[in-house]
Amino acid sequence: MTVLSAVGEKNSLKRIGYAILYLVLGLIAVFQIYPLIWLFFFSLKGNAEIFGRSPFALPEGWLWENYARVWTSGNMNTYFFNSVFITVSAVVLTVILASFVTFAITRMNWKLNKFVLLLFMVGYMIPIHSTLVPLFQFFLNLNLLDNPVSIVLAYTAYNMPLTIMILIGFYRTLPREIEEAAVMDGCSVHRIFFQITLPITTPVLSTTMIINMIYNWNEFVFVNTFISSDRYKTLTVGIQNFVGQYLTDWGAIGATLMISIVPILIAFFFLSNRIVEGIAAGSVKG
Amino acid sequence: MNKVMSNKWIIALYVLPSLILLGALVYIPIVMTGYYGMMQWDGIGEMSFIGLDNYIHLLQDSTFWFSARNSFLLALFSTLSLIMYLAVSLVLSGKIKGSDLLRKIYLIPMLLSSVAIAQLWIKIYDPNNGMLNSLLRTIGVENPPAWLSDRSTVLIAIFIAIIWQYAGFYIIIYSAALKGIPSSLIEAAEIDGATPLQIAWKIKVPLISGVIKTTVILAIVGSLKYFDLIFVMTGGGPNGASEVIASYMYKEAFGRYNFGYGSALGFALLILALLTTWVIQKVMATKDDIQY
Repeated sequence: MTVLSAVGEKNSLKRIGYAILYLVLGLIAVFQIYPLIWLFFFSLKGNAEIFGRSPFALPEGWLWENYARVWTSGNMNTYFFNSVFITVSAVVLTVILASFVTFAITRMNWKLNKFVLLLFMVGYMIPIHSTLVPLFQFFLNLNLLDNPVSIVLAYTAYNMPLTIMILIGFYRTLPREIEEAAVMDGCSVHRIFFQITLPITTPVLSTTMIINMIYNWNEFVFVNTFISSDRYKTLTVGIQNFVGQYLTDWGAIGATLMISIVPILIAFFFLSNRIVEGIAAGSVKG
Repeated sequence: MNKVMSNKWIIALYVLPSLILLGALVYIPIVMTGYYGMMQWDGIGEMSFIGLDNYIHLLQDSTFWFSARNSFLLALFSTLSLIMYLAVSLVLSGKIKGSDLLRKIYLIPMLLSSVAIAQLWIKIYDPNNGMLNSLLRTIGVENPPAWLSDRSTVLIAIFIAIIWQYAGFYIIIYSAALKGIPSSLIEAAEIDGATPLQIAWKIKVPLISGVIKTTVILAIVGSLKYFDLIFVMTGGGPNGASEVIASYMYKEAFGRYNFGYGSALGFALLILALLTTWVIQKVMATKDDIQY
């Protein structure tokens, strides 16, 4: 009897313990999510509502015109398509170049491969503020200041280390037999790379692409430093401009923030497993 | 096989474009930063060589030391908060339903730009209409702080936003490492009567110590070069209270056009980042040796 009640007591203690754990985990989830829900709500409010009512209230009028207004008159459409163009160009360039390098380092035979890999890995540690003034000068001399090309090149160079880091883990697990057979059949290195290796690596390629996409989409310093005209600015810098002009128009500011966030949230909804994989691979092996 | 795969021309073709890009945009600029740091230069006019004057000035510059203090405070906070993230990851690695979903929810802020996060938190911290002070007033706090415009609360306020941003990132890293622990080890310990707490601290944590070391480096070096969020949220203010090394460098170089002194600051940041990484490697290596 006493043994049974002791077991029962232990079980109920355990249950209370788990209940507390779930409560804490749930509260953390609320802390992580609620600010975004709050942002979504105030992006649909007018100033009278924002300054006159409780910030926790649901929007009364659901002012979708906040979005329409900032999209055209706030230049958000230009910034948005600049972000898309720069992000996509840099992602494609980075992933292709990084695949070439990773292939050469893991698949081909040469003496300096370890050293070259080290060069790329150390690049990961360099703070961009330590290179910003010379980069500014470099692009100035090449006449690439206020030109999206400078941004695409900078993103490619600075994301290359992480991309190679993620790729190399996958390349090292690939069996060499297929390539050996291809060489026997007289296949050229280019054909092996493009027709065998690249297709096999599609899963990890999509991981590196989504990680690169997020980084490029969110980048701020390079654009803020190298781009001065509105027609080339991306969303992150565009938001800063916009907020400077519409200081007190919370609804409009909220709408611009939502516009910049939503593409990432959509990508996350469909590709969350790849993103989690990329983050884990990029740092665990590093 | 060997012959085809050792073709020097093809290796050069595959590696050189990336290597040249890396050299031109990362490695040469590092050296040039150190060099420009020895110049008196406004970015447009002539450079004049002034030797180590900028670096000597830097060592006596109280703004630099104050921003370095702030950078190291952030590094310290960030390292301490790793304990919290590790604890959450350990809980999630146990028998928790929906742990994958929770991890993904925690990660969401990490995917947003620091600019958007900064703008959102400026609104949250707004003294009059912000979410936080409204909440504080409803629970009866009469004079809630002004957060970002108050020298004494600004660093804490920034730091809470940083936790919000990075919690999910570190939890994902720890969880990936914890998933790599063979379940047979855990089961064996359970059969021997180990409590979940013992399993966590005596088995799981030591087994992922390599990853913990990586995250300490990421947190410290990441804090030293931290910029976007602070630049947007406070611009280093109020009155320099939240200035960090990177924001001070940016202001000197691209705000006041002191390219020479800005470069010297950038070079100091590089040295600090590399030195700190090296020191942590050393310190944590000895700990590992003792453990095994």
